[in-house]
Amino acid sequence: MGTGAILMMLLAMAVIWGGLVLAIVNLSRSSDTPDVDEVRRDL
Amino acid sequence: MSEQVHHEEAKIRGAFSSRKVFIFAAIGSAVGLGNIWRFPYVAYENGGGAFIIPYLVALLCAGIPFLFLDYSLGHRNRGSAPLSFARLRRGAEGLGWWQVGICFMIAVYYAAVIAWAVRYTFFSIDKAWGSDPEGYFFGDFLQAGDPGVQADLVPGVLIPLVIVWVAVIAIMVAGVQKGIGATSVVFIPILFLAFGVLVVQALLLDGAAQGLDALFTPNWDALTEPGVWGAAFGQIFFSLSIGFGIMITYSSYVHRDTDMTGSGAVVGFANSSFELLAGIGVFAALGFMAQANGVAVSEVASDGIGLAFIAFPTIISEAPAGALIGVLFFASLVIAGLTSLVSVIEVVISAVRDKFEMSRVGAALAVSVPCMIISLIFFSTTSGIFVLDIVDHFINLFGILLVAVVSMLVISWGFRSLPMLADHLNHNGSVHIGTWWRVLISVVAPLALSYILIDQFITDVDTPYEGYPQWMLLTFGWGAAVAVIVFGFLATSVPWRSETSLEAPPSAADTNASRGGS
Repeated sequence: MGTGAILMMLLAMAVIWGGLVLAIVNLSRSSDTPDVDEVRRDL
Repeated sequence: MSEQVHHEEAKIRGAFSSRKVFIFAAIGSAVGLGNIWRFPYVAYENGGGAFIIPYLVALLCAGIPFLFLDYSLGHRNRGSAPLSFARLRRGAEGLGWWQVGICFMIAVYYAAVIAWAVRYTFFSIDKAWGSDPEGYFFGDFLQAGDPGVQADLVPGVLIPLVIVWVAVIAIMVAGVQKGIGATSVVFIPILFLAFGVLVVQALLLDGAAQGLDALFTPNWDALTEPGVWGAAFGQIFFSLSIGFGIMITYSSYVHRDTDMTGSGAVVGFANSSFELLAGIGVFAALGFMAQANGVAVSEVASDGIGLAFIAFPTIISEAPAGALIGVLFFASLVIAGLTSLVSVIEVVISAVRDKFEMSRVGAALAVSVPCMIISLIFFSTTSGIFVLDIVDHFINLFGILLVAVVSMLVISWGFRSLPMLADHLNHNGSVHIGTWWRVLISVVAPLALSYILIDQFITDVDTPYEGYPQWMLLTFGWGAAVAVIVFGFLATSVPWRSETSLEAPPSAADTNASRGGS
């Protein structure tokens, strides 16, 4: 692989996969809503 | 009080049991066949490594903002696409039914591709296609004749198609949580894992680096071409399952206090993460194929049906551990396709439930069974692939893309609802949306998508798509695109049941505003 290709591949991985990690970290900081296990029947 | 309201609503409409289940379901919908067989080639054709720049711009400036718009409509108005639009403004209900019509059409043909992938998962074990995958696919497997409509059944397609529909009906009858939610929570991790193993296998093949070099070598000149930017916006738009009712429907099943913008950011980046993974796996495998045949990667690169059912079988036949690669690849297609298919059908089922106040089982059967019958009639015959190709092309462009542009313009400029929808999202959202979101939704995204729409319209008027007979294009192409619009606006004449309120439920944001904030 050429240098340009390697750099762009690493950049894509860093931004997209890194973005996913950041988005998950951000979401994990806000608390989830109460579980509604007891009412999850679809009547 | 809020919990009680939520529990009542969950009992009546069905609901995802938690934010995690919703996110898995939304990822299951977004990650579909296009992530695997469309993204790699689109990136390769439009600047290679340089494509990452317009792609990211499109993701951040149109994809995720549009996802937020869909979420705000469904989450605030607590209804299927038609009910959510009707609760926004009575006159907008038709937009929702237009989306429902599109989803019905897509469900009919999407199931056929999943059925092919089911067969090919097993074909991979003994490489049933022999030395001529292309001849085998069109000849032995599909038994495709000349373009036209024939009623000759192909049992090899009919049987897996029935199996796919039985599975889909079982999921839809089981409901929002036990059907869609449970399927997604189990199969989406399996999909990421299976595809991850496939990528590792592909990277171990000789020539993999050559393939990645072809995919990632940047062609910076491409960034000056409007078509490349159009391709990036188009890829993001089609990939994220936005603009045609799915995300409106799913978000209406989420707890009222859920952080929708934080969830949307995870869904958007997870979808792109899978696409990138698919690009690496597909081009590593294509690099092997090119090297094995002594040709350039450009000669073997392809997308869609050609990539999945012709190029990949060739790779599977030639590669060490080819059967494993084949099973992982086609099983991934089946899972990615199935979790998207159920989301598409749910748009229709949810709308029928809301309109007629039907039970879950009744609505699921009333929608899925006719959908299955039409699917079997058109796509288990020798002419199935031609009809599928035409409907897919036209319904994507002049169905999904058109309704998305129209609804964005109507909501932002006609109703001027964006500030109210932004307030709703901001109430519990961890990603704060402000003026930038309104500008992107009302100006940037419609402009970008209109460019693609007009460009494609001119192309399709000038040149008959793929050289198909004009009558077929008029019937299954233009005809289908117009039919869903007509259906959408006729459906609004059916009255809502007296027990269905067309008033938007009070949003937590409204409640706080009336109390002077909290």
